[in-house]
Amino acid sequence: MSQRNPASTSLSAGLFEGTSRQVRSLADEEIAITVENLDLYYGEDQALKSISLKIPAKRVTAFIGPSGCGKSTLLRCFNRMNDLVDSCRIEGAINLHGENIYRRGTDVAELRRRVGMVFQKPNPFPKSIYENVAYGLRLQGVKNRRVLDEVVERSIKAVGLWDEVKDRLQSNAFGLSGGQQQRLVIARSIAIEPEVILLDEPTSALDPISTAKIEELIEELKEQYTILIVTHNMQQAARVSDYTAYMYLGEVIEHADTMHLFTNPGQKATEDYITGRYG
Amino acid sequence: MENKRIGGHYSHRYDAELEEVVNRVLAMGGLVESQLSNALQSFIEGDATIAHEVTENDTRVNTFEVTIDERCVEILARRQPAAMDLRLIVAVIKTITDLERIGDLAVSIARMAMRQAEGDRPRKQTFRDIETMGNRVIKMLGDALDAFARMDAAAAVNVVRQDFAIDSDHEAIMRQNVTYMMEDPRNISRMLDVTHATRALERVGDHARNMCEYTIYLVKGRDVRHIDLSEMEAIVEAKAGNAEKGTGA
Repeated sequence: MSQRNPASTSLSAGLFEGTSRQVRSLADEEIAITVENLDLYYGEDQALKSISLKIPAKRVTAFIGPSGCGKSTLLRCFNRMNDLVDSCRIEGAINLHGENIYRRGTDVAELRRRVGMVFQKPNPFPKSIYENVAYGLRLQGVKNRRVLDEVVERSIKAVGLWDEVKDRLQSNAFGLSGGQQQRLVIARSIAIEPEVILLDEPTSALDPISTAKIEELIEELKEQYTILIVTHNMQQAARVSDYTAYMYLGEVIEHADTMHLFTNPGQKATEDYITGRYG
Repeated sequence: MENKRIGGHYSHRYDAELEEVVNRVLAMGGLVESQLSNALQSFIEGDATIAHEVTENDTRVNTFEVTIDERCVEILARRQPAAMDLRLIVAVIKTITDLERIGDLAVSIARMAMRQAEGDRPRKQTFRDIETMGNRVIKMLGDALDAFARMDAAAAVNVVRQDFAIDSDHEAIMRQNVTYMMEDPRNISRMLDVTHATRALERVGDHARNMCEYTIYLVKGRDVRHIDLSEMEAIVEAKAGNAEKGTGA
């Protein structure tokens, strides 16, 4: 019969006799993005109020809060998607590796290459699976077929979609299921090697299995990328993120280690929200 | 029982489910308290009838444990509780384990009472000491349940302090017992029962202490097991919750 494997014994010793988990602190993290006194107005209405935040590199930061609290608006600030809204006005600064992305002369197209974004509804281009992933590189002028093939394969493999699509790379991306489309869109955004990935409710249109696959993918992607995720699903925030920020009425009420925030929040407003109470 | 800390969810059904769990724990606590005090009485008075009742009632204690655990698992599965609600469920699951063990200890005291009722009785002084210790233990258990019911961390620390007096009672009675046994070896079998009963009471004190630690965890969100009393006091006096607010600083 099976012999006792010494490796597994030492693994279980590590699992069961380890010291208790330390609460993460931002002070010990490498910081990728610093938000400084950010105010955002839609016309006369102030949607974000004096937000100051530090986003750690290669960690998952989740934004939670009731509808209209400003979490999606804040997420869109990180790649200047709000520039596309006419009445939108922004004060304050967002520093990505020390450089204010709102300073005059910022190359917004280059910024959006460095800060990729994935939306609630999968939005592949009406092109083949291959061309969807190759699109960003083609925009950058890459023509070498070998390089394109390599990047497409690597990116699709990274999102765990390769085995499902490798035989039909030239088929239209719309033929994929919603969950596959969402992973394809993530493959498209990592093909151009961004530093930051913004996920705006990436699984709210997906079934539980596709959701689990995306969550698994997030876990893998954080090895290389700084990930920010907006989600209405608090259990999802608890599952996938390292840090969580609770927002309410345009303000960040609490920003802390995720396990800490979900087991012992420091603010009553946070507690009321995550336990489903009226404040 | 209406508890402000439990209520206030958007889902009233959820409020009711949590309240029901807490009420059941308190009902179980009440039953275990009476089991313990009956066991002690039967031991001191040599009353086999009461002792027998205690052993019979133990299935009720066990049923409480099983049904409360079931409710807790259901809440975990259906509601995915967070923060205080999550800590409440964890504290309840652990508290009822200790309560059930106290129930078992009451039964073993009752069994010794039955044996004592059949044979010679040890001398009166021994019973007076056990009675004093037993009353201390029963009070400690009652206070631990009160601290849980009121979700009062400061009260829970006060209960933990009571355990020291119980431990020293235990030691004193043990020393005495050894003396009696040396005086006359014919005492040994009787005194062994007394020793075991005393030991059981001391264990009840430890379980009550555990329950207080869960109450402190529930209220303060801090694990206070295996630390000094002084550290525990410091945690309870500190403001609850210490997540960073904002991170601009």
